[in-house]
Amino acid sequence: MGLVAFANPSRFLALAERLLPWLIGATALTFAIGLYQAFFVAPDDYQQGATVRIMFIHVPAAWLGMFCWALMSMSALGTLVWRHPLADVALKTAAPIGAAFAALCLITGSLWGRPMWGTYWVWDARLTSVLVLFLMYLGLIALWRAVEDPSRAGRAAAIFTLVGAINLPIIKFSVDWWNTLHQPASVFRVGGSTIHPTILLPLLTMAAAFTLLFATLNLCAMRNEILRRRVRTLQIMQAEAASGTSP
Amino acid sequence: MIPLSALLIRDVRLALRVGGGALMGVLFFMTVVAIVPFAVGPDLALLHRIGPAILWVGALLASLLTLDRLFAADHEDGSLDLLLMARTPLELAIVVKALAHWLTTALPLVGAVPVLALFLDLESRAAAAVALTLLVGTPALTCIGLIGSALAVALHRGGLLLPVLVLPLTVPVLIFGVSASNAAIGGPVPFGAPFTILIALSLASLVIGPFAAAAALRHGAE
Repeated sequence: MGLVAFANPSRFLALAERLLPWLIGATALTFAIGLYQAFFVAPDDYQQGATVRIMFIHVPAAWLGMFCWALMSMSALGTLVWRHPLADVALKTAAPIGAAFAALCLITGSLWGRPMWGTYWVWDARLTSVLVLFLMYLGLIALWRAVEDPSRAGRAAAIFTLVGAINLPIIKFSVDWWNTLHQPASVFRVGGSTIHPTILLPLLTMAAAFTLLFATLNLCAMRNEILRRRVRTLQIMQAEAASGTSP
Repeated sequence: MIPLSALLIRDVRLALRVGGGALMGVLFFMTVVAIVPFAVGPDLALLHRIGPAILWVGALLASLLTLDRLFAADHEDGSLDLLLMARTPLELAIVVKALAHWLTTALPLVGAVPVLALFLDLESRAAAAVALTLLVGTPALTCIGLIGSALAVALHRGGLLLPVLVLPLTVPVLIFGVSASNAAIGGPVPFGAPFTILIALSLASLVIGPFAAAAALRHGAE
């Protein structure tokens, strides 16, 4: 079984060493293609002008923000059901990256909203769901930071991640309901809903680039986290040796 | 059934007697509602308009802050270990503890609504609507809060961690609670839709909450 083979952190580290250069190269290449297309190939919107290009950062960030929680839920299952030691690590390292993507989505969204809607923030349903998602990421990070023992925190974080995964669609649905109750969404539907291929292609390239970036960053973060835990174990062993008590 | 009813009676007694937090929740609720007019001004028309929202936010905070001690007290005196080792399923024991907490904390909140509605210039129809939505909505708050409470005990951390984790999860309950209350007063939507969704949220969290809390407690005990 592949999963079992890579449960060994040393083997995982060796694989990560071999995989990382390729991943970094692929990320850089896709970003180069995607950004070139976004800035030079994609046409200006007839209404929004050049600001429509914010979309090429904004939309992939939103996708990755949600994708990251889905991935964390799978890691959480791995932690709770199979006690997979790497699932725990992936769960911990993915949270700050997901939070960063959600924050990027919120920031670019408000920068886009300023010229389009005339304000940095509206309580639009989509914006609000991403804000709640961002808050949940921060809560999860706070949970990790509250406890020093990683395995204890790991299982608690896994439970919270799964509960969040069940709740996120409900939150999305209820925020949609809430918003349509307060204000009509039609005001903020700027431009057409159908996407022309000249815009869709750079968008998909950027989405691929963001996904590769996520994979690269998370692999690096997992490697760092494994090494950090090893250092911690060594420090504890050293302290025990110095105090004369055997573990 | 006997262990569960014994647990229920024990928890209700503990909450009602000296040192228990039963009336503290209502007191907190009243204080929060009383403090809002100082912030938004004594304009009765405005208070009338946002009254249901104020009551819901107050009830949300009151029921969450009292959940902090739900498992922590049992953890300190060792009875949580007995519950973990008992033959009665832990999930059922947690449901009973949640019921006791709801009876002693959330039900008094519902009872306080008619009085507080006077301060917010809500007519009796609106007060009844808020009380009714709180009655069916607070079980969801308790059951979602259970998860945070169990996590806080499993991690040996209390304080602000619980509301930080739990408040985002209560967004749907708040939305449908307030919109059902407003619908009853004469909002743009019919009363039935948000009200039944609120009940659905309560039922769903009654299923999810105890299982997640039991998992958290079991993992925390290891």
